[in-house]
Amino acid sequence: MNYNERMQKVAVLGAAGKMGSGILLLNAIELADLSLLPENKGKTFVVYAIDVSEEALSGLIRYVRAQVLKAAEKKIMWLREVYKDRADLIENGQMIDEYINHVMSLIRPSTLIESAFNANCIFEAIKEDPDLKVSILKKINENNPNQPWFFTNTSSIPIQFLNEKADLNGRIIGYHFYNPPAVQKLVELIEAKNTLPEIRTFSFELAKKLNKIIVESNDVVGFIGNGHFMRDIIHAASEVERLKSQYGFVEAIYMINKVSQEYLVRPMGIFQLIDYVGIDVCSYIMSVMNHYLPQENIVCPLLNEMLALGIKGGQYADGSQKDGFLKYEKGKITAIYNLDSKEYVALEQIQAKVDALLGEKPTAIVAWKSVVGAKNKEEILQQFFAELNKMNTLGAELAKAYGSQSKAIGKYLVSSGVAKSEDDVNKVLMTGFFHAYGPINNYFN
Amino acid sequence: MKNLRKKVYITAGYNTISMGTGRKEFNPKKPRPGLEEYIVEAGKGVIQQIGDASLIDEAVISNFQASRYNNQANLAAFIPYIDEKLRYKPVTRVEGACGSGGMAIATAVRSILAETADVVLVLGVEVQNTVKAVYGADILAGAGWYKDRKNGHVHFFPGQFSNRAGKYFEKYGREITRKAMARWYKNAIENARLCPTAQEYHNTMPDPEAVAMVEPNPKVFLENITVYDCSKVSDGASALLVCSEEGLKKIQKSYQESVEIIGIGQAMEDITKPPIDPTQLDTTKVAVSRALQMAGVSINDIATVECHDCFSIAGIMAIEAMGLAPYGKGAEFVLEGNTARNGRIPFNTTGGLIGWGHPVGATGVHQAVTIWEQLTGKAGDAQINIPFDRPYGLSVNMGGDDKTLTSIVYKKL
Ligand SMILES: NC(=O)c1ccc[n+]([C@@H]2O[C@H](COP(=O)([O-])OP(=O)(O)OC[C@H]3O[C@@H](n4cnc5c(N)ncnc54)[C@H](O)[C@@H]3O)[C@@H](O)[C@H]2O)c1
Repeated sequence: MNYNERMQKVAVLGAAGKMGSGILLLNAIELADLSLLPENKGKTFVVYAIDVSEEALSGLIRYVRAQVLKAAEKKIMWLREVYKDRADLIENGQMIDEYINHVMSLIRPSTLIESAFNANCIFEAIKEDPDLKVSILKKINENNPNQPWFFTNTSSIPIQFLNEKADLNGRIIGYHFYNPPAVQKLVELIEAKNTLPEIRTFSFELAKKLNKIIVESNDVVGFIGNGHFMRDIIHAASEVERLKSQYGFVEAIYMINKVSQEYLVRPMGIFQLIDYVGIDVCSYIMSVMNHYLPQENIVCPLLNEMLALGIKGGQYADGSQKDGFLKYEKGKITAIYNLDSKEYVALEQIQAKVDALLGEKPTAIVAWKSVVGAKNKEEILQQFFAELNKMNTLGAELAKAYGSQSKAIGKYLVSSGVAKSEDDVNKVLMTGFFHAYGPINNYFN
Repeated sequence: MKNLRKKVYITAGYNTISMGTGRKEFNPKKPRPGLEEYIVEAGKGVIQQIGDASLIDEAVISNFQASRYNNQANLAAFIPYIDEKLRYKPVTRVEGACGSGGMAIATAVRSILAETADVVLVLGVEVQNTVKAVYGADILAGAGWYKDRKNGHVHFFPGQFSNRAGKYFEKYGREITRKAMARWYKNAIENARLCPTAQEYHNTMPDPEAVAMVEPNPKVFLENITVYDCSKVSDGASALLVCSEEGLKKIQKSYQESVEIIGIGQAMEDITKPPIDPTQLDTTKVAVSRALQMAGVSINDIATVECHDCFSIAGIMAIEAMGLAPYGKGAEFVLEGNTARNGRIPFNTTGGLIGWGHPVGATGVHQAVTIWEQLTGKAGDAQINIPFDRPYGLSVNMGGDDKTLTSIVYKKL
């Protein structure tokens, strides 16, 4: 079965979820584009969008339609070429409508898992529950005569665990998209012990078509991205623990969030990022990592304290940010949660005071936004970190410690066999987390 | 007709802002004024200058595609909406694509000559930012033959002129022509920066000419032209009065505040036919020479030109069609600085279609308003010197791909 044939019947499990909806969108567009190629004329392409939630599936169709519209507008040059022999399609608008209808016509929404019994490729993005994933993969595998290939999006479950428990005989690979899959370029690719080499080859081919960048990770829980992120959180939390007795909890959260964003030139502070991903999600991933990596202590009591109070972060259905460590209004941070008084403290109450404690900012400080795409990024960062390294304000000291720890985590991911190279670690942080530079660098020594 | 049988004047011009990308206040996501707001602003802008709308005898309104951009046809009936006193006045709506505005002035001139009116309000309007560019391209393609749309480019008209540019490059050299196109852009931007209603008024590029030298990329746009060679998508309206001698008296406008139309040339070419020679604007040539002939002046007597630079290459070809430079020498003419604001014959002194903006149905009227401003000393920071021995202005308004032309010669009084 070649690439085209394999893509003729695809299923996405958990298609209405945060990740599943994006994965469905990418697949639906890819199938549509394949089906429009002259060599595929007359062939049928379908993608089963499977989810348990009837309601979410209706929302999914609206989401996909709106996204395909945007995609179609962008590829109108190609569409004019593709539809050049269609006498009935004359205007851009007509071709865009036609394309949307075509993409939508390939999608088969369903609440029945049985729909996947017929697919060749199965993308799994159901909720992060090992037993559920195993039982569903197993059921499909047992009932599907096509020897299907499974692409799991799990963030924390070892691929080998799913492979073994669901009896997949190597017909599985970790295909770990980042959120949101339609936008984020990175895919971490993780093979189980006996993953078929053809699946790996196919995975690269698919990534190319989807315009994704693959970084291969070994099958160690957390992989590269979360492997760094979770340990980064643990460092941040331990710094808060250390600073809070002297400065207060809210002040400590503010400091570390600010240092990890502004002084490290990252797109978000660490606590904002935790809120973005979800405190519950982070906590869950840590618990799985802790289970599989008993020699290391991967726990963060701070996250669990917040969860015990019902504070979870994450996003609303419309994509807006829920409150977590920080409170948000129209996406802007306005307050910080105080674990002692159990209420949010307005930013302006502490900001000036804590900024003064952090001390003078380096004069060469630059916003992430203006550095990340700059041609002379290297030079700007070199200059900035050189200055930072010479300073001994509280802010600079915290930043140096943070940057050095991030580097140590990066190196550990290589030495402990998670990542194949330092370069891969840097690539994951730069493409998956949008860092302006990789954690393994010469800025922190 | 050799001469106009009666004197015809233009006065009381008004331009709204040309709104669209480039203007600081433009935000595609926020609500904006619509068709009727632009009509009212331009109409009132004229009426204010004469004090009383009842002095207007009739009106002509020009617009290209409001029926698609704004779901609105029957635009003539918007004229009474400007001012109650315009109720029951005769109004004609004209449409000639990007050449609608010039056609409206020509129509008003005929009313004066027919002696059915002494004061005619001419108002051009287009509101295009209601749709994204990819759909706007479909609407604009209506200026060409619909049967050519299927095989045209995503951006149909830019595609047509990219093809023309390609042929021109082949015949006369790519390098010098690309350079002249970049210079055209620079002139347009520098002039627009002097005119507060211009779409590029806020443009702060340090070196527009260098920016415009970027190589065309057919993968993202077109083979021979870039976005800097194209006029933008604009919302705007322009209006003025076309008057007889009696009309001027009636509205109490002096000669100093008016200009005279001394020549007008209209010419239409078969929309179903491709250009005979894509390196030339033949219909433009006919219209301009008719206007000059009627006016009894030569192109060398003209002090300033408003030309239809929907694309920079169209500007260069228009120079040749007007007879200012031989075929193939238009690029050189631009590069020598002749068309710059301090050159021998300043072109598009408030930016033209590329710099000021191109609210399609308003453009021909905007050109006339600009010449009126220059010849009456009302051009503000954009004012150029009008030599006493060349007291003439020329406008060239083109619809479609050199299909629907109106050229006018104006005289300073
Ligand atoms: N959210 C992220 O940032 C992120 C990033 C990378 C990977 N992941 C992984 O992607 C997977 C999905 O995560 P998510 O964030 O999209 O979760 P989600 O809760 O948004 O989506 C899960 C979807 O699965 C559906 N579902 C639950 N049980 C099902 C069943 N038995 N059959 C079919 N559908 C079922 C749910 O209705 C829901 O729509 C997880 O494995 C997660 O670890 C998440």
